[in-house]
Amino acid sequence: MGGYILKRLASAIPVLIGITIIVFLIMSLIPGDPATAILGSYATPENVEKLNRDLGLDKPMVQRYIIWLGNMLTGDFGRSFSLNRPVLDEILERFNATLILTGTSFVLCSVLGILAGVVSAARQYGFADKAITFVVLIGISVPSFFLGMMMILLFAVNLRWLPVSGMYAIYGGGDLPDLIRHLIMPALALAAVATGVIARLSRSAMLEVLRQDYIRTARAKGVPERRVIMGHALRVAMVSIIPVLGIQAGFVLSGAVYIEIVFQWPGVGRMLVDAILKRDLLLVQGGVVFVAACYVMFNIAVDVAQSLLDPRIKT
Amino acid sequence: MTLLSWTRRGLLAAAGAVFVAGGLTAPATAQAPPGVLIVGQIAEPKSLDPAAVTAVNDFRILVNVYEGLTRYKSGTLEVEPALATSWNISEDGTEYTFTLRDGVTFHDGTPFNAEAVKFNFDRMLDENHPFHDTGPFPLSFFFGAVEETEVVDDMTVKFTLNAPYAPFLSNLAYPTGLIVSPAAVTADGKDFGRNPVGTGPFEFAEWRSNEAVVVERNDAYWGEKAGTEAVVFRPITDANTRVAEMLAGGIDLMVEVPPTSLGQFSGDGFSVAEQAGPHVWFLILNAKEGPFADKRVRQAANYAINKEAIVNDVLEGTATVAAGPTPPAFAWAYNEALDPYPYDPEKAKALLAEAGAEGAELTFFVTEGGSGMLDPIPMGTAIQADLQAVGLDVTIETYEWNTFLGEVNPGLEGKADMAEMAWMTNDPDTLPYLALRSEAWPDNGGFNSGYYANPKVDELLEAARTATDQDERARLYREMQTIVQEDAPWVFVANWKQNAVTSDRVENFGLEPSFLLHLKDVVKN
Repeated sequence: MGGYILKRLASAIPVLIGITIIVFLIMSLIPGDPATAILGSYATPENVEKLNRDLGLDKPMVQRYIIWLGNMLTGDFGRSFSLNRPVLDEILERFNATLILTGTSFVLCSVLGILAGVVSAARQYGFADKAITFVVLIGISVPSFFLGMMMILLFAVNLRWLPVSGMYAIYGGGDLPDLIRHLIMPALALAAVATGVIARLSRSAMLEVLRQDYIRTARAKGVPERRVIMGHALRVAMVSIIPVLGIQAGFVLSGAVYIEIVFQWPGVGRMLVDAILKRDLLLVQGGVVFVAACYVMFNIAVDVAQSLLDPRIKT
Repeated sequence: MTLLSWTRRGLLAAAGAVFVAGGLTAPATAQAPPGVLIVGQIAEPKSLDPAAVTAVNDFRILVNVYEGLTRYKSGTLEVEPALATSWNISEDGTEYTFTLRDGVTFHDGTPFNAEAVKFNFDRMLDENHPFHDTGPFPLSFFFGAVEETEVVDDMTVKFTLNAPYAPFLSNLAYPTGLIVSPAAVTADGKDFGRNPVGTGPFEFAEWRSNEAVVVERNDAYWGEKAGTEAVVFRPITDANTRVAEMLAGGIDLMVEVPPTSLGQFSGDGFSVAEQAGPHVWFLILNAKEGPFADKRVRQAANYAINKEAIVNDVLEGTATVAAGPTPPAFAWAYNEALDPYPYDPEKAKALLAEAGAEGAELTFFVTEGGSGMLDPIPMGTAIQADLQAVGLDVTIETYEWNTFLGEVNPGLEGKADMAEMAWMTNDPDTLPYLALRSEAWPDNGGFNSGYYANPKVDELLEAARTATDQDERARLYREMQTIVQEDAPWVFVANWKQNAVTSDRVENFGLEPSFLLHLKDVVKN
């Protein structure tokens, strides 16, 4: 097992280097430079040139890439032009917020999705199955940002049950109940689509397993239905559900971009969108590399979990 | 136990959870106490170092924490004393001597004096200054004319300019000229922008990244003290969310309300403020080549476009029709005699026929958004349709804002016949000087991207810049406006009215033509 993990970790290195090259190239090649973004209407060629020099952007591209990569390996992600603070500080602070949001969403969509799938499969074509399928269809079809806006309108503006946006109350908040109040709507809106996908997949994975001979054997020897479903069937079905959880985690992470904007959640997705519009090169590059690295690690963790569940998948 | 009964239990648990969550939601409507004003901003500020920032969004915080030597008189764009109590301008217009206000201290307790003023301008302008590296200072060219800043005595400071430069006093009132505490810059260096210290009616308290900037009343302020204990600036980048926060009571004041949302605040509980400012939205026409090289075709475009429809239907009345290159907000320099080009498609057709430009094909650069650009895509398509109606075949090319600037600023030659543009400035000199002189063609580092050239206009602008008498300057600007309107290097479209909404707990709030947000006198109940 240790060897397998090491091998997977080693294979992540070229992926990460590839990512640094791609994100660097994209940011260098898209039209518009940071000086133009900062100066706006006042971006005369002369002013742009001077500011680019002040920002250290007048060096050749290859040289800039090597400097950036070298600094990053020593833990120095540089300073953000648009926020005037170290990139790494900003990323870590923002990533923390994103983790809270996506983590909650991920737990919600996994638990709700698998539960819905299992109930659907156990009651195939029954009322519960049809009701769940209907709700799931809606969950998959409604874009998450739209769902988010509608939730704000209903629960925050009209009913005033929940705060509209942000992560903590501006005044007098900052504790856990305050965080939860702010978290409910974005986490649910973000979990909706993934819950639907996981529910549908869990249902078909369970149905497949429930047709197996050993399930019939288990039932024949009088194992209670609940144990047949939760113990015998779900455990086996998890082998095909878990990789989908890994993929959905990626979708939840990318879906967080819209949700963070709608709910003004101070996360990494919103940070990246702002940074791209302001051509904040170092912040975009650092942010993308950081998120990509997390995603790669998460995938490795999923693969390892899968190999633990199914010993046939190994090395 | 069957699965069904198990899920029933699950349902019960879920219902319980919702109930608990319901309990959590109870204080959600609790609002900030009286005396604390929450302002919905459009973005997180970049920095609170006035010399280092360029965005109106950041200026809205800065002008409450800092003051400049001069400031705009309330409700106008005319300059009045602030940290300087009076000034003398030498006969030739190159030496400005300021007498500074006595007894002013920075929030850190250090005194405001001539040394502090010198430190501020040297930091920005002198590359060898020990704290020049706290930049970059993108708008330092506002003070590019300053040759030397001299301490005459403790409370007198003298600026020597390399040439007469009349906009100098109003540039000092612009946020780039706000005075920072030298002691604080020395102590914090590059981090000064996150620990700002000025002399203003509010002092900086806290900056929680991506959540809020908090400023508190400065009880040692030299003038009348602020009407609120604290102001909290919240960045809410999404316009819909900002509107929702305002409706839900999460903020007391919001700026830049989307035109289509204004109707939601027409009822009780809110009041809407509007204020025209020094903004002009126009189309740059390529006067160097193609159909617009002919003045008649440029005038035809001005007649063909229904500007009334654009400001009333597309912008929902949040702008007025522009008559010429200078916005009416510069009341002292504005030519009241100018009437906007009327909407007259027949006249446009006649002019096009006279110029032999019927059916000409035009390329039109449109942006997706950007500072002061209002609603550029719907405005662009409305303009396209109007030009189509008089027989001009217009093709739109749309660009993201930074890309757009990268295409338009170097000049339209060989690329396009027309492009959208908007400017907000602080002095009637700025825009025409940078964008209408023949010396300001892009290859000379200016913004005259349509290559307009008229020697008389050049002469007037140079003269206005060096005249130190304001009445004389005004006369020159008025004459310039008449000529430019007739020459039609641009299609003059709109002057934006800035808006803001306040809740009924807010009193004494007003917007300024400078588009800055002065909150000293505001009271929150």
